[in-house]
Amino acid sequence: MGSISDFVQYLVSSLSVGGLYALMALGLVIVYGISQLVNFAYGELIMVAGYGLLIFGRSWLPWVIVAIMSVICAVIVALGMDQIAFRPVRNASPTTMLITSFAVSTLLQSVALLLISPRPRAPRLPSIFVQSAEIAGIRVKVVDVVALVVSIVALTALQLFLRKTIVGLSLRAAADDFTMTRLVGVNANKVIATAFAISGLLAGIVALFWIGRIGQVLPTVGFQPVLIAFIASVVGGLSSIKGAVLGGYILGFLTIGLQTWLPQDVNAYRDAIMFAIVIVMLLVRPEGLIKPAFSRETR
Amino acid sequence: MRNAPTRSLVSKWSTPVILMGMCVLIAAFAIARDDAVFLRVVTVMFISVLLTVALQTFMGNSGLGSFGQYAFVAIGAYASLWFGLSDQQKRVTLPDMPITWWIYKQHYPFELAIASAAILTAIAGAAMGVAFVRLRAASFTIATFAFLIVVNRVALQWEEVTRGSRVVIGVPRQTTIWITVAWACAAILIAFVFKESSIGLKLRASREDEDAAASIGINVKLMRWIAWTLSCGMSAVGGALWAYFIVQFTPNNFYLHETFLIVAMLVIGGAASVSGAVVGAIAVALSSEMLRQTENWLNTQRNDGTSFGNLLPFQLIGFTEIVLAIVMIVVLVVRPSGLLSGRELRWPRGNSQPGVTDLAENIDEA
Repeated sequence: MGSISDFVQYLVSSLSVGGLYALMALGLVIVYGISQLVNFAYGELIMVAGYGLLIFGRSWLPWVIVAIMSVICAVIVALGMDQIAFRPVRNASPTTMLITSFAVSTLLQSVALLLISPRPRAPRLPSIFVQSAEIAGIRVKVVDVVALVVSIVALTALQLFLRKTIVGLSLRAAADDFTMTRLVGVNANKVIATAFAISGLLAGIVALFWIGRIGQVLPTVGFQPVLIAFIASVVGGLSSIKGAVLGGYILGFLTIGLQTWLPQDVNAYRDAIMFAIVIVMLLVRPEGLIKPAFSRETR
Repeated sequence: MRNAPTRSLVSKWSTPVILMGMCVLIAAFAIARDDAVFLRVVTVMFISVLLTVALQTFMGNSGLGSFGQYAFVAIGAYASLWFGLSDQQKRVTLPDMPITWWIYKQHYPFELAIASAAILTAIAGAAMGVAFVRLRAASFTIATFAFLIVVNRVALQWEEVTRGSRVVIGVPRQTTIWITVAWACAAILIAFVFKESSIGLKLRASREDEDAAASIGINVKLMRWIAWTLSCGMSAVGGALWAYFIVQFTPNNFYLHETFLIVAMLVIGGAASVSGAVVGAIAVALSSEMLRQTENWLNTQRNDGTSFGNLLPFQLIGFTEIVLAIVMIVVLVVRPSGLLSGRELRWPRGNSQPGVTDLAENIDEA
């Protein structure tokens, strides 16, 4: 009995963590797929949504409204990033774009440091983040179940958006061959802005659960998620949406598994092992587990 | 003009002379001023010049972005402790290192310890480089970034060689301003000679078009590997000098913030030339010091409760980083090739005929 219950707990937390990781990786990949930009500042979108929770949370508004407003903030900042910093360097080399995003990331972090506080702050959170429930005799955390459901809903919605709408179609086309897509009359700025908006939306959703899990927000809060997104998307495939999702779930199972079964002193090296895997993966299979539909010449 | 080739040669080799002259002048000025704070700022600045030039040697010539430089700076810093401290000093500084280790008994003079650290780091860099040079563009940058994290996490845990996350203590302050300026000048010369060498030229060709360079028989990966290894060794010297100047540090002093600073210096100055690296490092180091002093001044004004201080309802923190990041974004957008646009500072050539070297230069500047 105990072992089955343990196993179900492991399954639920892995699936919920994996779902979140998949969303994080997707937010990175959806932009990279189109513009070859590895957005280092992606973690700062999570930070923005986190501070949204903190600031709006001080009002009398119900938490759901606060959460929605925070997600909207992340979307706005994502669009702003694209407009102000990334659009002018769009035709530069991927290296230049990466360095630009590094600067944007530092800028946003320092602004938070200056205007809010270097110290961690605890936003108002609803009680579901600490409750646990008993389903068929097995104890699970409520937040795990909610995260699991939300991530599946978000992934399905994104899939439907990409498959069934004109904008989604042009996004997928642009990810395959951006030049060709522009030649047939698709507005490049609009497509990339859409990708950034989706990226911001995903970061916002991730932020709700990430901040909920750690219970506090600080200027560097986005760093760990962006690292996770890096690992998941490199393992799964930097230009493949399916790959990002797969990479996210693999990483989720791996993280929880290592946490549960690895001895404590080896666990200290967990990040080192993960990033060593990233390097090996880039060397052995740079396109990731899942290749994009049309493989492009990388510049 | 009859002696045009000579003039052109003089003009070309005036670059390292001008750059080294600039460094020596600044050092002499700092010593003449004899202000402890300023002396400290300038010494750290020369270490930044050295590191930026080291990064330029690889990044500027190959066109690949590395975020992993500080991994090698860290290895160099700690390696200089292994080679440079006596066993009594090691007992204090690295108390967890087993006495039976070979390295425990090694105790070299300062300059030799730095050189040993540089060689050891270059070997480590060469080993990693074999793998890294196979990658392209964004993959390369992510891989070097991953390596930075791996080194940081291992250094934080491996107490035998680094004292873990605790602050290193008991390191003698042996780095002086003259030592840093000498190493910075050496780095400038090495970087310039490398850039002008046939290896450097081949690497620069591959930066412009990797496939075209490969098609004329250039072994792009080998050229990259050589530049990478050289850059790792130079970075280690910077780490060692820094370690013996700051004397108290942890592995977290070799991480993202520091990486950002050096990359910013190189990008702002212009990665394609050695002059760009030097000018960028000096400009950023001095202006961020001025910003930091302004920041401090404004904060103390606020504490005094004077009317001016009341203009700022908050404590200024991270102001320097904000300005630096904005300048960097503006440079990337408005002048992507940096302040110097890949040109070298040089003595004017006069109106000589363009020679073979000029053609190469023109390609470089295009």
